[in-house]
Amino acid sequence: MKSLGNIRRSFAPWADPQSKPFISFRNITKKFGDFTAVDNLTLDIYHREFFALLGASGCGKSTLLRMLAGFERPTSGEIILDGQDIAAIPPYKRPVNMMFQSYALFPHMTVESNIGFGLRQDGMPKAEIGERVQQMLKLVKLEQFAKRKPQQLSGGQRQRVALARSLAKRPKVLLLDEPLGALDKKLREETQFELMDLQQQLGLTFVVVTHDQEEAMTMADRIAVMSHGKVVQVATPAEIYEAPNSRFVADFIGDVNILEGNVKAAGNGRVELAGGDFTVRAVSDAAPSVGTSAAFAIRPEKLKVSRTAPADPAVNTSEGEIWDIAYLGDMTVLHIKLPSGKVVKTSMLNAQREVENPIGYDEKVWVSFAETAGVVLRD
Amino acid sequence: MTRWSRFNIVSVALGFAFLYLPIVLLVVFSFNESKLVTVWAGFSTKWYVSLFNNQGLMDAAWVTIRVALLSATIATVLGTMAALSLVRYTRFRGRMLFSGMVYAPLVMPEVITGLSLLLLFVAIGFDRGFWTVTLAHITLTMCFVAVVVQSRLLSFDRSIEEAALDLGATPLRTFFEVTLPIIAPAVFSGWVLAFTLSLDDLVIASFTSGPGATTLPMKIYSQVRLGVTPEINAACTLLIALVAIGVVIASIVTKQRELQRQRDEQAAVAGR
Repeated sequence: MKSLGNIRRSFAPWADPQSKPFISFRNITKKFGDFTAVDNLTLDIYHREFFALLGASGCGKSTLLRMLAGFERPTSGEIILDGQDIAAIPPYKRPVNMMFQSYALFPHMTVESNIGFGLRQDGMPKAEIGERVQQMLKLVKLEQFAKRKPQQLSGGQRQRVALARSLAKRPKVLLLDEPLGALDKKLREETQFELMDLQQQLGLTFVVVTHDQEEAMTMADRIAVMSHGKVVQVATPAEIYEAPNSRFVADFIGDVNILEGNVKAAGNGRVELAGGDFTVRAVSDAAPSVGTSAAFAIRPEKLKVSRTAPADPAVNTSEGEIWDIAYLGDMTVLHIKLPSGKVVKTSMLNAQREVENPIGYDEKVWVSFAETAGVVLRD
Repeated sequence: MTRWSRFNIVSVALGFAFLYLPIVLLVVFSFNESKLVTVWAGFSTKWYVSLFNNQGLMDAAWVTIRVALLSATIATVLGTMAALSLVRYTRFRGRMLFSGMVYAPLVMPEVITGLSLLLLFVAIGFDRGFWTVTLAHITLTMCFVAVVVQSRLLSFDRSIEEAALDLGATPLRTFFEVTLPIIAPAVFSGWVLAFTLSLDDLVIASFTSGPGATTLPMKIYSQVRLGVTPEINAACTLLIALVAIGVVIASIVTKQRELQRQRDEQAAVAGR
């Protein structure tokens, strides 16, 4: 069985027409005055899913999350959570909890009472609260900090207190607004895996808002790429990366080379483009009409660079000249100038420490790719 | 350390003399044996004794304290509410007008405030006395509280309140369990400010007071017109002492809090 991105998934309720979504946004629009933050958006999220809303700032992802939490009311449309329309329910009555970007810890309370705050609001007996708080402290490994105030903690510790507080009430859904934005890179990477383990362990639905594509790719089961209040694509990280549905998504996630051309032939699962540096012959289900312009998106690591011409230099191949070389340690990035003047980016994994006669500046090379290496974009 | 030049010493001495010489004179002469305010005749505390036996002054002091306590408390509640609505509901119609109007009494000449209140009380047939002074002082001090609390609220992270709502606290409980404890220092300073303003107000009290509700500043002012007695000096010295103690306590509390914050930061760094 072939799968995108070498991942076989056992958890894929979105692919099963029998499964019912846990959270449904239906035709949600949110306007602030004249500004439309979320534009007639429809989206399903499933039980136990780790779902990421990804987009640049101002794309409406935070507004969507805040509507789920209850801080904003949609201008129109409905939000269904576990079979119930929650659009009119105030935040303090919703079975969802949120972890804030600023952590929003209560500065006048100890770590303990911060974590127990939600439980006290529910009128849980004192002994039970103490027990649950201990559990939570253990979960986030902060047992010895119970009596501290938030300002007596480091950034990473505060983040864990915020997490423990939002999990203490055992919400049906945990919302995370840029949860790792304030941490440094190393800590962020560690915490990403901790969050994934936690989500698995607790069996909760997580909805995370982030502008960091790497974070979304690492953690999420599925990603919704948003732009201007609309969802552009919802898919698994591998699908988003390997089969972006538009120029925007291809460009937003990772690096990409866009090769323009005119459609010469299309059909039977193949598309041929001509007119650019490459004569592109690609495996694709897209069926653009012959004669129109189209684009072919290919990731840098899928371009092959060689000194000798490939077997069939007429197709998916172009000559070029090494323009720039960047050595990044794990890989080397080459910028290659094609005959038309267009520069493409390629990357090679540095699998060996020493390479005999490596490619150098100003060398003439051949750039080629396989028929299945890229995507024909409709636009 | 910087060396003190002669010029610096002189300017500091002059500055302080300018500020405090009158007050020092007043305090010194409150301990004067003589009945004449300007002639020193030896140390005595008899004017303090006679002050406490002066029923008129003591009554006036009692009225002043009651007015100040009550008006400061009510002004703090109203001022905090005004500040909250001004900071929080930024999109209501007429907000600019409303916020401008809240601050107008800050710059309004007291004579005008006093006169307009007097006209109002007369028009509605409200008998002048304790309550009219209190109401007038609420009007005067509310905007000061609003300004102090508003500046604190502007730097308040709203997501803290959202977090409380999110965790199941109703808006009311959110206010009392989260917002109020956090802004409490500002609310308290607003109260202290209102209390002091009410304590030393003469103009508005003169306009709005009635029989049996003479405040201490009014009493002192009317007695001074008949000639300053050392009793007045004693009364003023006590007032100064009261204010000084308040200021000292407030600065000690602030200092302690600052030290605590520094210790917290060190603990946070060490606990990494």
